[in-house]
Amino acid sequence: MLPRSQILLLASLILAGVVSAFSGNMDTYFLDVAMGVGISVVLASSLNLINGFTGQFSLGHAGFMAVGAYTSAMITTTLGPKFGWSQLGLQWVLFPASLLVGGLLSALAGLAVGAPSLRLKGDYLAIVTLGFGEIIKVVLQNVEAVGGARGLVAVPGHTNLFWTFGTAALTVYVVWALMNSTYGRGFLAVADDEVAAEAMGLNTTRYKIIAFAVGSFFAGIAGGLYAHLKGYLNPTGFDFNKSIEIVIMVILGGMGKHVGVIVAAVVLTAVQEPLRQLGDWRMILYALILILLMILRPQGLFVWPLWTKKTT
Amino acid sequence: MAELLQQLINGLSLGAIYALIALGYTMVYGVLRFINFAHSDVFMVGAFVGWYAVNQWRIPSGTILSGLLVLGLAMGVCALLGVTIEKLAYKPLRNRSTLTVLITAIGVSLLLQNAGQKVFGANPKAYPALFPTSQFHFAGVMVSSNQLVVLVVTILLLGGLHFVVHHTKIGTAMRAVSFNATAASLVGIHIDGVISFTFALGSALAGAGGVLYAINYPSIDPFMGTMPGLKAFVAAVLGGIGNLPGAALGGLLIGLVETFVSGTRASTFRDAIAFAILILILLLRPAGLLGKLRVEKV
Repeated sequence: MLPRSQILLLASLILAGVVSAFSGNMDTYFLDVAMGVGISVVLASSLNLINGFTGQFSLGHAGFMAVGAYTSAMITTTLGPKFGWSQLGLQWVLFPASLLVGGLLSALAGLAVGAPSLRLKGDYLAIVTLGFGEIIKVVLQNVEAVGGARGLVAVPGHTNLFWTFGTAALTVYVVWALMNSTYGRGFLAVADDEVAAEAMGLNTTRYKIIAFAVGSFFAGIAGGLYAHLKGYLNPTGFDFNKSIEIVIMVILGGMGKHVGVIVAAVVLTAVQEPLRQLGDWRMILYALILILLMILRPQGLFVWPLWTKKTT
Repeated sequence: MAELLQQLINGLSLGAIYALIALGYTMVYGVLRFINFAHSDVFMVGAFVGWYAVNQWRIPSGTILSGLLVLGLAMGVCALLGVTIEKLAYKPLRNRSTLTVLITAIGVSLLLQNAGQKVFGANPKAYPALFPTSQFHFAGVMVSSNQLVVLVVTILLLGGLHFVVHHTKIGTAMRAVSFNATAASLVGIHIDGVISFTFALGSALAGAGGVLYAINYPSIDPFMGTMPGLKAFVAAVLGGIGNLPGAALGGLLIGLVETFVSGTRASTFRDAIAFAILILILLLRPAGLLGKLRVEKV
């Protein structure tokens, strides 16, 4: 008999497959939003591993997403037309393989960026990842092979409900399983008190780097899903504002809370389209939410129990 | 040789501006131990105050005296803005985790940028000539008067800052708080007052930096602060964060490196060079050039 968590994972994968099989006559707008929700859950859960559970602060999640998105899109657009792939082979073999490669490359980028900055205590990771996001944007804009500033077009639309929700379920499961393993104890120890953790003989740098690499890996996969959902990629789509959107999901949901972050990711993505009508006010609203939340309710909005007495 | 000298002048005048911004980062880090993300947007506001002073408030421009007046105005407004931000956003979070304050700072930064876009408009604005402009040539090197203004003003401000920090009572208090906040409060130093003063000082320097940056570059927009701000932060880390002479030195170095890279074929990647430096310095000498490693005590 499998443990309960794995049964849950299997059940959600099967459910995603069944729903996906019947998604043919669903409203396309609804489908679009639903797949966006799945991708957001992947992004928010993976960032939660870094910013929430491990207590670090990455501001470059969109940058890692870009690495995964461009990698997998380049793979499917260059290898897709060759070797006489069948439609099934494209969607069920090449596409997941390209996602995996995108995720791995993104994790590699995470290692390169994280290793020097995570050796130190303090907020260096925030600045380095912020810089990484900007650099990735500049590089993508200047490399003509991936479309340059015009962006990468004609990415095949392989993403469907199964891939988005399947990945979302897998991400949540991996993060959950990690947190309930020895690694998870290590992550929590680093977040709670790095000095004490070190004094207990924990290699804190190693734990931070592992959390960062795993988070970046899933960000890369989410990027691949995003690329094959939208059909085109533009470097400016992976800017600082995109990273901030993901950060806000994690903070709103409660840093280091599994369910809260998922709820926040679902809610924020679902209301994104209506919020777009606010235009510039949207970012002002986000900024105010961030400030007020930190002052009034730093544990996050969707955290159970919703109301607690002050204990200090 | 002339070209080398030319790049040196250009690099120094750019680096001087980075130095002014970096000082604000490093001073706030010294007393509160967090990265004030909103600092780069205070810099942006400084530039806009200069623009409004000439185009809306009808302060005449083009003479040295009026230029200095506008500069002073920008510094004053930014000092006020810095203190307000500190009082409203950071003060309620005293003694909370650094992460909380950091997130708030990012929120303030986003707020300033996007509210700036609403108030100032998103289109880049052409910057007026605040100071009389002319160009000097000697030995094949061209120096614009604006570059001279940047260098002279920066030297004066740095001198003033040195005087305040080392020869006044509040400066001594600042150094005491930076050294050990608890002990400083035990000997009767008003910590909140010192923190406010630090924000005022740092923000005033950023405001001056904003005006000086804007007169050397053709246009300004609400998001102009991000890149110079990031580079100035790298400068602060390069010099050793929390260390004032280090921030000035780091600023000059970053400015020079960036200018020399711009002159080569890799010029499209000049924005990336600062981060390469940051990663290198974190790997090789995390305390910075002039900084000392602090041992964390429990």
